[in-house]
Amino acid sequence: MSVLIIVESENNALKRNAAEVASYGVALAAKLETSCTAIAFHAANATELGHYGVTKVAHVSNGPTHFDAHAYASAIAAFAAANNVSHLVVSSSADARFLAPLLAAKLNAGYVPNVVELPEEMSPLTVKRTAFTNKAFVYTQLLTACNIIGVGNNAFGVIDNTVDCVVDEITAENAISNLEQVSIEKVTGKATIADADVVVSGGRGLKGPENWHLIEDLAEVLDAATACSKPVSDMGWRSHDEHVGQTGKPVSTNLYIAIGISGAIQHLAGVNSSKVKVVINSDPEAPFFKAADYGVIGDAFEVVPKLTEKLKAFKALG
Amino acid sequence: MNILVCISRVPDTTSKIDFIEDDTEFSIRDVQFVINPNDEFGLTRAIWFKEKQGAQVHVVHVGTTKSDATLRKCLAIGADKAFRIDAPALDGLAVAKELAAFVKNNSYDLIIAGRESIDYNGAMVPGMMAALLDIPFVTNCVGLEIDGTTAIAEREIDGGREKLKGTLPIIIGSQKGLVEESDLRIPNMRGIMQARQKPFEVVPAQEAPASTKDIKFERPAPKAEVKLVPADDLDQLIDLLHKEANVL
Repeated sequence: MSVLIIVESENNALKRNAAEVASYGVALAAKLETSCTAIAFHAANATELGHYGVTKVAHVSNGPTHFDAHAYASAIAAFAAANNVSHLVVSSSADARFLAPLLAAKLNAGYVPNVVELPEEMSPLTVKRTAFTNKAFVYTQLLTACNIIGVGNNAFGVIDNTVDCVVDEITAENAISNLEQVSIEKVTGKATIADADVVVSGGRGLKGPENWHLIEDLAEVLDAATACSKPVSDMGWRSHDEHVGQTGKPVSTNLYIAIGISGAIQHLAGVNSSKVKVVINSDPEAPFFKAADYGVIGDAFEVVPKLTEKLKAFKALG
Repeated sequence: MNILVCISRVPDTTSKIDFIEDDTEFSIRDVQFVINPNDEFGLTRAIWFKEKQGAQVHVVHVGTTKSDATLRKCLAIGADKAFRIDAPALDGLAVAKELAAFVKNNSYDLIIAGRESIDYNGAMVPGMMAALLDIPFVTNCVGLEIDGTTAIAEREIDGGREKLKGTLPIIIGSQKGLVEESDLRIPNMRGIMQARQKPFEVVPAQEAPASTKDIKFERPAPKAEVKLVPADDLDQLIDLLHKEANVL
């Protein structure tokens, strides 16, 4: 029995969510009274996992250098089988949710994503996860000999616990893809919805795409990602990769600021695992006020530029 | 080209989520069930291939007779044949095993399933099927072109898109963007009448065991009342976010 933590990397460095997954895996191993190892692909700074209690990393330095679900799942499954791994821990990022089902089928493992806490029961292993797009929680038992836990994004947090960390270089013979990457387009230098601490989101209340500078200016001051409601993407004001909600992207950030969004149930479901929600809306009856922590009833065209200026001054003070 | 679309049946997005039997069971009272939206985007793309490239479109579902109306709707929208694998949907891995066994006994070039169902949000069935069948898989798919035996699929990634190329058969995890919301079909009377004549087959199950079991549901804790800040006192908002919420 042992725990295997699967960390993600990009451009030869660990991704930010590696800290949370590592923290969870180390805590799980302590609870199970067993050892734990992390596995990383192409991450030059893998030793940094030692900040979160990881003492041993298996570093795969062959195979595709960009995330490749099939190749990585093949390599991890072989490693898990060879090392008597009983519990695998992954994040709930888009890449992790691409990878984990492949792994689960290869290992005949029960898999539960969006887990929000350490297991409350160890036998049978029982975890609490979100369901119905954050409208409820479910306690789920894992019934197989080998199990995969997907830690909900931003649900467990990071535990600083610096230890000595040894990185073993390994070669994965079977890290071979069954797909060819034709191209990849990615915005650089801008916070993304999945990775940002703050997300600023706009709705129909902004009246048209020409007014989006209000959202972008505020986002810039806060180093935030920009997002939008479903009607905004359906009308083509913003591209649909900014659409957050039940059929769009999920958001579980520290601070979510909703401007001119009334708060339809599908939108709230997609964003309500965010820690702090602020609503700016001219309609005091907007349902979002019932789901928010802080609210401003007012015209976005007046409130948002003022807020942006004041935050600029606040940030300048440090 | 033979296309299989895997269909899940979920509560409508506006449904009130409630539990009964001491919170061990989801209450279906007043709940309307619909085709899982992510599956419907995939089905709509499949029908596009039928109309433009002459594909055959089959739909399959793992479930009980309760789901028959959902499958009939798929036929009314334009699928040619429906299969229901006769077993309750126990969990992701069990459903994936049933579907993989079905695919093995038939021959499909393209298999589409929603990237996730909007009820349990597992996002596992299409990937598990791909690994069980050992064929390529692309999820969060927002673009798909088929030319001969080659598929080019575009995947939405954090902050961008990745284009991947593979050889058929391939499995796709569909979502909004593969087609637009405005492309979705509402069944018309003719489609509904035709659906009654289309083949609908009930297939015996493998009875794959569950790997997980949901034992209890919990409602989110009630939310504290929103703190309203006057529109002319935004300094107070910044102060609250900084000192009370600790997020600035």
